[in-house]
Amino acid sequence: MSTPEAKLNVTHLNAGYGDKAIIRDVNIAVPANSVLAVIGPSGCGKSTFLRCLNRMHELGPGAHSEGKILLDGLDINSGDVDPVLLRRRVGMVFQRPNPFPTMSIFDNVAAGLKLNRVKGNHAEVVEKSLKQAALWDEVKDRLNASALSLSGGQQQRLCIARALAIEPEVLLMDEPASALDPIATAKVEQLIHELKARYTIVIVTHNMQQAARVSDHTAFFYMGELVEHDKTETIFTRPSKPRTEDYVTGKFG
Amino acid sequence: MALEAPASPQSTRHHAGVNRGDRAWNGLLLGLGLAVLALAAVIIGMLLHASQPLWKAMSPWQFLKSTDWDPANDSFGALPFIYGTLVTSGLALLLAVPVGLGLSIFLTELAPKQLRPFVAFGVELLAGIPSVVYGLWGLFTLAPLLREHVQPFLAKVLGPIPGIGALFRGAPLGLGFLSAGVILAIMILPTICAVTTEVVKTVPLPLREASLALGATRWEMVRLSVLPYSKAGILGAVLLGLGRALGETMAVTMVIGNNPEIHASLFAAGYSLPSVIANEFAEATDASHTAALASLALVLFAITFLMNAGARVLVRRSKHTAGAHG
Amino acid sequence: MNAYAGRKVVNLVMMVLCGLAALGALLPLGSVLWLVVSHGVAGLNFTFFTALPKPVGEAGGGVGNAVVGTLQIVALACVIGLPLGVGAGVFLAEKGDSALGNAVRFTAEVLSGVPSIVVGIVAYGLVVVPMKRFSAIAGAVALAILMVPTLARGTEELVRLVPRSIREAALGLGVPEWKTSLRVVLRTALGGVATAALLAIARATGETAPLLFTALNNQYWNVRPDQPTASLTVQIFNYAISPYDDWHQKAWSAALVLLLLVGGLNLTARALTRNRLKGAR
Repeated sequence: MSTPEAKLNVTHLNAGYGDKAIIRDVNIAVPANSVLAVIGPSGCGKSTFLRCLNRMHELGPGAHSEGKILLDGLDINSGDVDPVLLRRRVGMVFQRPNPFPTMSIFDNVAAGLKLNRVKGNHAEVVEKSLKQAALWDEVKDRLNASALSLSGGQQQRLCIARALAIEPEVLLMDEPASALDPIATAKVEQLIHELKARYTIVIVTHNMQQAARVSDHTAFFYMGELVEHDKTETIFTRPSKPRTEDYVTGKFG
Repeated sequence: MALEAPASPQSTRHHAGVNRGDRAWNGLLLGLGLAVLALAAVIIGMLLHASQPLWKAMSPWQFLKSTDWDPANDSFGALPFIYGTLVTSGLALLLAVPVGLGLSIFLTELAPKQLRPFVAFGVELLAGIPSVVYGLWGLFTLAPLLREHVQPFLAKVLGPIPGIGALFRGAPLGLGFLSAGVILAIMILPTICAVTTEVVKTVPLPLREASLALGATRWEMVRLSVLPYSKAGILGAVLLGLGRALGETMAVTMVIGNNPEIHASLFAAGYSLPSVIANEFAEATDASHTAALASLALVLFAITFLMNAGARVLVRRSKHTAGAHG
Repeated sequence: MNAYAGRKVVNLVMMVLCGLAALGALLPLGSVLWLVVSHGVAGLNFTFFTALPKPVGEAGGGVGNAVVGTLQIVALACVIGLPLGVGAGVFLAEKGDSALGNAVRFTAEVLSGVPSIVVGIVAYGLVVVPMKRFSAIAGAVALAILMVPTLARGTEELVRLVPRSIREAALGLGVPEWKTSLRVVLRTALGGVATAALLAIARATGETAPLLFTALNNQYWNVRPDQPTASLTVQIFNYAISPYDDWHQKAWSAALVLLLLVGGLNLTARALTRNRLKGAR
């Protein structure tokens, strides 16, 4: 189902490393300002799929991919698209927090701004991003402290703030709460709710309850194939494919 | 699979024969370990012993300060050699660190994958060439090149500048501080490159991806994720390179000009601590001459010891940081 | 988009600079190798390898005695240095997790940075002075001292790589600890240790400074270890700094021989590594 207002439109995407194919013939459209949850058992290709969306996949050894990925109608894999510029529009938050260890909290958030030569008042943007990431109150008095002085959950929210600071259009999140405790996880999920108004979000998660809580649509991957993609409510209550039903009811995975 | 170390022989073996074998083995190993410590003690002891006669004639401070080296008249001073060693090594660092860093980044980040093994092999070859062969090349190829092309060019362009211009004045001889510095740079390049590469390889992938995901170019990724993380290790590499440069003998001896004098200009002929020992020790019949040369060796040992100890600590500390973050 | 264009330019410039650095490293390499080969080859002939050096002014002659001398001195150095270095490495691997072990390890690391000329003076005091003469054995002692630290560190790393499971299998069978270490663990690490030894030997073969006043030099054949002995490296040095053109030519040829010798040792070490890593483990 590809609609004209789809922010991301993926057709016939294949990707893998060397002679191993990881995902095969994936077709999916993501409407703007919505949250897509990508679920599936380990090794089903959900991270690979995610990394194709900001062309991080191609950085791996022997990586290859075929197919079309349209961002607002523009094929991101075409020769004249620079991945550097693409990644400004499609940001990513990783599974484990990866703040720049030698930089302060402030400098971490501002890193993307400095990198992309964004003009204007960085301090304001940093404050706004930290507020969006629900971290401002905890760090506003020690912006110059090292990023490593934060707890794991705080570091992850710092990375989210860092990604948000450059105002991407799409935010990719690769199991962002898997390394976090329940309280921090709840904060991140709350965050996703709030971000939906301004961003298009694709979140990979192995936690089905989380998928059900935060997303509008859900895509179920199994062994490299997109088995089913529908409104979240449908996937979890009335899935059409038996394998989907097996997975969401916990029969495997 | 991480089981504890095997229980000590004493607690589990009661067989007299086996116990003896283990005891002998442990004794042998212990002896070998102590031998290494003994070796260090012997080296230091021998140097102190050999240089001892000099201290009867002059104080260490006098020796280090004096610029007069005239063995025939029993006059000894270490300063020209310390100066020469420091100048040539400093120049070598100035040239080798940027090149070594660039080479390392080229090898780990920027070069196409197919090219890397060839360049890496080339660097290994560089490291394997004996010092005397470098000296030979320096004497007959580098020195004439400097004398006929590089030095006149430098004298013309940089000589007239007030201040640093003093480094580039005087007759172009070819042999001298400049040649020695350049040859040393070539020789310590593999060390700096290898250690830097080792350190750079420990930068965790997620850290690199962090800057790439923000839209960094390859170079920006190096600038943001790789270099700050590797700072301590790179410094260690530099110190290790410096340590090597300080002790390098043959190549320097063959191109430095063998002139125990201090001059500001890089074009001048000079002398280094290892070079004077290499040139004069075999023929030094005078006890005080031998003692003076041994004292120079002691100074050299002290300098390189400090350099290397500091370097190893830095490299190790940077690798531990990697463990903590990784 | 101007900032973006600027960033692309910077990226390109840095890549070019790094590429230039690589070139800057490889150019001298190419020059040295090319010149040694092109100048040296001219002087290589049977006489060169087998004859004694002739005095100044007389044509011909060779470096036969220097080649033999180098082999002799290095062989003696191996006899002293290899057991000591490898043994110290085994000590560090087996008993190294202690204060003593750390002290030995630190000492070995620092000793590996001692300039070879300083080691020469130590060997001079240890051997030449008591014997009252220069000798091959003095040179060998100097080279052995140079070998020990790097061999010890290398051996330690290699022995530590041997998996615990192999050691425990032997101990579990009732093999005593010393036999396990010697015949099981060391044998497994032997390939790597051999490579490390070859590399140490290659480095020792290329040393000049410590030989200058230990083995000194000798214009004649010599097989007695207690006499001054010629060596390829010292000979190259003497020929190079002489004022005679045909001795300069000999220096290039001798350098070529030296490079072939050292290169051969290094290549053998590499081939051993490749075989070891490819073969069944």
